[in-house]
Amino acid sequence: MNAESPIVTADTPGNSQKRSLGDRLFGGLTWFSAVAVLLVLGAIILMLFMGARPAFEKYGFWGFITSAQWNPVTEMFGALSPIVGTLVSSLIAILIGVPVSFGIALFITELAPPWLKRPVGTAIELLAAIPSIIYGMWGLFVFAPFFADYIQPILTDTLGELPLIGPLFQGPPLGISVFTAGIILAVMIIPFIASVMRDVFETVPAELRESAFGVGSTTWEVVWNVVLPLTRVGVVGGIMLGLGRALGETMAVTFVIGNAHKLHWALFEPGNSIASTIANEFTEADGEVYTAALIGLGLILFIITFIVLALAKLMLLHMSRQAGRQT
Amino acid sequence: MNIYTRRKVVNVFNLGASVCTTLFGLFFLFWLLWVLFAQGFTHLNWDLFTLDMPGPGAEAGGLRNAIVGSLMLTAVGVLIGAPLGVLAGIYLAEFGRYAWISHPVRFINDVLLSAPSIVIGVFVYEVMVVPMGNFSGWSGGVALAIIVIPVVVRTTEDMMRLVPDTLREAAAALGAPQWRVVTSVVLRAALSGVMTGILLAIARIAGETAPLLFTALNNQFFTLNMDKPMANLPVTIFNFAMGPYDNWHDLAWAGSLLITLTVLTLNILTRIFLRPKQ
Amino acid sequence: MTASESINSTSSERATPGIGINVTQALAGEHKGSTGQVAGVEDITDPKIAIKGLDFYYGRFHALHDISLRIPKQQVTAFIGPSGCGKSTLLRTFNRIYDLYPGQRATGEILLDGRNILERGEDLNLLRAKVGMVFQKPTPFPMSIYDNIAYGVRLYERLSKGDMDARVEWALRKSALWDEVKDILRQSGKALSGGQQQRLCIARAVAVKPEVLLLDEPASALDPISTLKIEELVAELKDSYTIAIVTHNMQQAARVSDYTAFMYLGKLIEFNATETLFTNPASKQTEDYITGRFG
Repeated sequence: MNAESPIVTADTPGNSQKRSLGDRLFGGLTWFSAVAVLLVLGAIILMLFMGARPAFEKYGFWGFITSAQWNPVTEMFGALSPIVGTLVSSLIAILIGVPVSFGIALFITELAPPWLKRPVGTAIELLAAIPSIIYGMWGLFVFAPFFADYIQPILTDTLGELPLIGPLFQGPPLGISVFTAGIILAVMIIPFIASVMRDVFETVPAELRESAFGVGSTTWEVVWNVVLPLTRVGVVGGIMLGLGRALGETMAVTFVIGNAHKLHWALFEPGNSIASTIANEFTEADGEVYTAALIGLGLILFIITFIVLALAKLMLLHMSRQAGRQT
Repeated sequence: MNIYTRRKVVNVFNLGASVCTTLFGLFFLFWLLWVLFAQGFTHLNWDLFTLDMPGPGAEAGGLRNAIVGSLMLTAVGVLIGAPLGVLAGIYLAEFGRYAWISHPVRFINDVLLSAPSIVIGVFVYEVMVVPMGNFSGWSGGVALAIIVIPVVVRTTEDMMRLVPDTLREAAAALGAPQWRVVTSVVLRAALSGVMTGILLAIARIAGETAPLLFTALNNQFFTLNMDKPMANLPVTIFNFAMGPYDNWHDLAWAGSLLITLTVLTLNILTRIFLRPKQ
Repeated sequence: MTASESINSTSSERATPGIGINVTQALAGEHKGSTGQVAGVEDITDPKIAIKGLDFYYGRFHALHDISLRIPKQQVTAFIGPSGCGKSTLLRTFNRIYDLYPGQRATGEILLDGRNILERGEDLNLLRAKVGMVFQKPTPFPMSIYDNIAYGVRLYERLSKGDMDARVEWALRKSALWDEVKDILRQSGKALSGGQQQRLCIARAVAVKPEVLLLDEPASALDPISTLKIEELVAELKDSYTIAIVTHNMQQAARVSDYTAFMYLGKLIEFNATETLFTNPASKQTEDYITGRFG
């Protein structure tokens, strides 16, 4: 397709046709709208980069992301603590969310009687429809106190006693911590991962499942040895999608993570994430460097999530092509 | 026999775990909704809709200005985002179905669909709030529009793709130019689906907080002026929940309930819209 | 008509309107040089559509091979052959509907009243208004019965309410649907039965007053009674239109058509008056097909 005729659909040499004025106008309008999507992305990256430049110039890119200092008074800003907080809370979310999502997808595709599939699927999807600020409210007022009173002591007394990983499960009994944020993130990303898993599980041809059952496999063996290996790429894609969501989630995390600029080994200590730092400090940031540092955080977050989501998308594309070939 | 018993045990154990995880997911849903309804409904009253939000320490107050502000911001977001999204979706499904540029557009659109909304807030702050010199309703609306676009693009393309090519051929065979085929036949056939996409987008932005934090900001007072900071429910909930007053917390719960009811209603509407007609 | 004479003279080696001369070649199923007009007992001197040396490609796949054929005015021409033989593909070149898709292309000539419609710059919308088409499956638009009919008319004509009502009624009468739908014109076209929907689509095509009507297996998705109605309709419509019909049903071709073309593997094997083709086929392949020995 040549640049000057963006709206021609049929690229057929020798058979090209005159297009009416209406086609050119309306087609051009839709073309412009589609290109606007690309422009928005380009503009986001460009503006974030320009906004972040003062911070990058002052500390250097590596200096910025490797420093754990965050002091508005001395104008020392380093992104390490929020980056670590983001990664750790998302990792916890994935560690909890993936097995649960797998169990749910397994239940819906293999175990649930037909009349139960839809209601359960719809209920799980509802988890994704609830706005994140609601999760935040609930997390702050209900879940964090509950966690501090009941779950955290148990974890500290058991896992906290273990060598090596023991120090991870220490901290004040507040319920406001990176770990709490991770659990709430897990609940938030479960519907996304579970629905992708369910969809890719359903792409496995019935004959294949039937022949696996035919040689005497149990349901679990069919899923673990046949369905899962076949849909591996799609499943990983779904997990990446969930990860992308968790990394960028703002409000739910901001409520419960504690917003402390400190690096801790202990997961029950308050911490922060990129998104929560921006949400909390952006409007009160005074001084060019402070704002630039926050925008720099935004740029880093955007790039990380972009890469993760792009990988997720590529894997799911690969999966759907594979499914297309099989049918 | 030993192996067989072991396999059966593994099977039952893992399937049991699967049931447990499902119950785990459902448990959180019901816990959340239970708390929300219990807290929200006890604080739901007429003052909520007739009084503006209370200042620090003030007794009586409601959420009137925040509700009106949220409606206006959502309207602006949808009015800007939905037409652009529908047009871009039409391009991907019709005019540009075979064009190379559709591939990057589709890809980027899907990535933007899950992009962190707080970054969109920062972006709009840079391109609108800084040049205009102050926070404003308009910039909040634009931030929401950027979230609306990918949702609408995705559903519009998907729904128009569901329209069989035979229908396009039938219209073209009558001598209709493509734009008329698209607008009066394909779009018409896909209309309920496209509407669903717009409803989903509204549901998505109804509770969006992060992109409004530094665009629309918030406003304690009632205003219809989109050039000034504008009150809205999500940011109000955030501020009130984090604040020290009990009546603020109550209002935050009531506001949360309003948003959730809106979102749930929109979700039910989309299901009705998408239900196949006989 | 001078048009046809000029056609003959422009590519004399192809357009040899012979009388059963290519029988042996057709029998062998191969093309020696340019065979052009295949077996045919009558010379059609004044064709509505004259196809010369038409090749058609789906991407790299060569779907139609050197087709030459003349479709007579105000007659019914049927295209038969086993599935995949290219009969629908051929029909879809007459209004260039294939142009909706990239990678599909035709070379050669298709002369509609002497003008080559394959040429660059052909206004496809006008062409399609002149050459109407009805598809295998009914394709009612998502609008009322009335609007379905009026849709095509509104594209090219500005009629008053009264004139439009008259045109809709005329088209519906023409397609033998008026009595069944005259009281429900405002209802959705999708509410009709399959056979009614198909007649609605015929009415929709007829309403724009085309010169040629292309029917692509119009009855294959219908029950026998609806099929019969469609066949009766075709017989009536041929007074006013040149009709080309693709069918997989040989009896149907025998019943409704004046001329029949038999195609096989993308080639035109035999073209003849229907009666001749079915009673005394010139080609062995045609004979095998109509007697059910293959396909």
